[in-house]
Amino acid sequence: MRLELQGVSKKLGAETHLYPLTVALVPGAINIILGATLAGKTTLMRLMAGLDKPTEGKVIADGVDVTGVPVRERHLAMVYQQFINYPSLTVFENIASPLRIAGQLSEEHILSRVNAMAERLHISAFLDRHPAALSGGQQQRTALARALIKEAGLLLLDEPLVNLDYKLREELRSELTELFSSGKTTVVYATTEPLEALQLGGHTIVMHEGRLLQHGETLAIFNAPNSIQTARTFSDPPINLMPAKLDANGVATIDDAMHLPLSASQRACVVGRHEVVLGLRAHSLRLSSEHRNDYALHANVDLAEISGSETYVHFHHAGISLVAQLSGVHQLEIGVAATLYFQPEDVFIFDHDGALLFAPSQAGA
Amino acid sequence: MARIELVNLAHSYKAHPTSPSDYALLPMTMTWDDGGAYALLGPSGCGKTTLLNIISGLVIPSEGQVLFDGKDVTRLPTEARNIAQVFQFPVIYDTMTVRENLAFPLKNRGWKTADITKRVDQIAEILELTSDLKHRASGLTADAKQKISLGRGLVRPDVAAVLFDEPLTVIDPHLKWLLRRKLKEIHHELKLSLIYVTHDQVEALTFADQVVVMTQGEVVQVGSAQVLFEEPEHTFVGYFIGNPGMNLLPCSVSQNKVRINGLETSLSVPENFLHAVNNGSANNVIKLGIRPEFVECHATSIANSLPAQLSMVRNMGTHWLASCQLGEHKVAAKLRHEPGKVGSPIWLSFSSERTLFYVNDKRVR
Repeated sequence: MRLELQGVSKKLGAETHLYPLTVALVPGAINIILGATLAGKTTLMRLMAGLDKPTEGKVIADGVDVTGVPVRERHLAMVYQQFINYPSLTVFENIASPLRIAGQLSEEHILSRVNAMAERLHISAFLDRHPAALSGGQQQRTALARALIKEAGLLLLDEPLVNLDYKLREELRSELTELFSSGKTTVVYATTEPLEALQLGGHTIVMHEGRLLQHGETLAIFNAPNSIQTARTFSDPPINLMPAKLDANGVATIDDAMHLPLSASQRACVVGRHEVVLGLRAHSLRLSSEHRNDYALHANVDLAEISGSETYVHFHHAGISLVAQLSGVHQLEIGVAATLYFQPEDVFIFDHDGALLFAPSQAGA
Repeated sequence: MARIELVNLAHSYKAHPTSPSDYALLPMTMTWDDGGAYALLGPSGCGKTTLLNIISGLVIPSEGQVLFDGKDVTRLPTEARNIAQVFQFPVIYDTMTVRENLAFPLKNRGWKTADITKRVDQIAEILELTSDLKHRASGLTADAKQKISLGRGLVRPDVAAVLFDEPLTVIDPHLKWLLRRKLKEIHHELKLSLIYVTHDQVEALTFADQVVVMTQGEVVQVGSAQVLFEEPEHTFVGYFIGNPGMNLLPCSVSQNKVRINGLETSLSVPENFLHAVNNGSANNVIKLGIRPEFVECHATSIANSLPAQLSMVRNMGTHWLASCQLGEHKVAAKLRHEPGKVGSPIWLSFSSERTLFYVNDKRVR
């Protein structure tokens, strides 16, 4: 389905939940809505679904104005954070329910479609059970199967994995990527997690406090966030941000403690500016030097967190606090001195009011 | 603060358990050091919450003992155990100020006003709540309320242990970073005994000195983040820790060589593994394990490499994730560079140092 929102906004009383925005979903692809709690993700989704009517603006589905057309008259499916199934129906009947409502399908046809869908979601063994007798993961798989079997042109998923175990989330996420790859359905997927967005790929709408910040290919936004706020929303661990002063020779001074000579391409983006904000993603920092022009930062370790396959090192240099994401396990005691290296070219530069001036090229990433 | 010992502890919700599946918690004996930070990690239903409830006194175990500093507390009610608890959702008094909330557990114990003020100031400073102390708790965001809950749990220095039951579940990813770090700092500074239940491996591994990994009521390994990542003693630990988890590939042994898909490898094999395979039952399940971080991918055939096909390639922004079809098995690889296009052939090599061997899910060295 082609779905366009034209200047839609949502107010409840004096409170604005969504400021006017215009966006066209990419048909047949995954469209992620990425943002923190209260960014307006659910509000936006409810407008897309027709569960709510926008205060202003239009919702256009396949060229037809459907603003105000209630959800039951629209061809779409929705999956929520909570596992919502019919408690009195078996898993089989839960999945079959949209087909029964559609009517005029033979039992044989329903049987084969439900079985095929259950197979895809690995719940074939539980078809005779009731939802209450299932684990959370199986319940959400049932809800997903019921949504997918409708073969609706629009599938809306509002943080569908957030109430599941970490490991289950990881598995379902990679299965979902495959399920959505048919290209027939326009999928909208809301999440607070940058890594989930990267894993799902597709296109992303970045939201913050009721406003649309950026819309484009997921990886392109990750690589070139148009503002500090987008970079923050789309970085986990958080992006290191450092206000800096520029001198006439293109040296950025941070907190009178770090003097970073900018490259020619970086200098070209900051002509005439004296104050900027530098951004350095945590994974750009290393414990060993790999290039001749690496910048070496002598720092003290505040804390090293080992997450299994990665180590997050919080450290400071004079008054500057930074976090590094290192691949592998690194034992670093609190308070020890360490030298961290990064490529000056890996530094993002933002205007003092937050707009992107320079994004690193991805060739060396 | 106390040393906590679990002696032949087990729990069944059934009156007369006969088989292992009748137990919510299989027999275990463990000692947790005074002042240590421990995490209980596992999927829903693994028994971690049952174990926490036994320690807090909410559940009396059907077998075995719980000792605090050598004293049997197995049958003591929660209030007689001198523990503090922090739950998934904030539990605070809305009508009180933040200061009164933090002071409450100390006031109840008859602390002097001056001592209360000093301790509350210290805790508030660590949690960055100082500027909120005068405010009423009701007006604060959910995140801030949970910080107060954490503060209340940590305010008493004389508790035997502080128990956390998934305290960061409702927190946004960005704040999670901050709070995880705070908890770690608090542990370093205050030397409290902390026990933390979670299904999130990142939380468990970054928070705890020792992680207790549980599945189906059984403790399968206790170890540091590094040990759990590099030396999983059980296939479940390999699978559960890491994102994606360890590749676990069925294999066979003939003429002292390990074969995958019938293809001979040059992996060096521990004597005990050969012995277990050659003298064990034919029903033994034999697997090798290698983490995606250690799988090497080559565009052309090199010595001792196995031919496979790239079935999925994804740019994760900070690294590349590939799925390779090796005969009937899927092998995940985490790479610094793009390995090639989907569908193209690829050659995999596993280093002997990074490959572990398992018989019936248990590691054999």
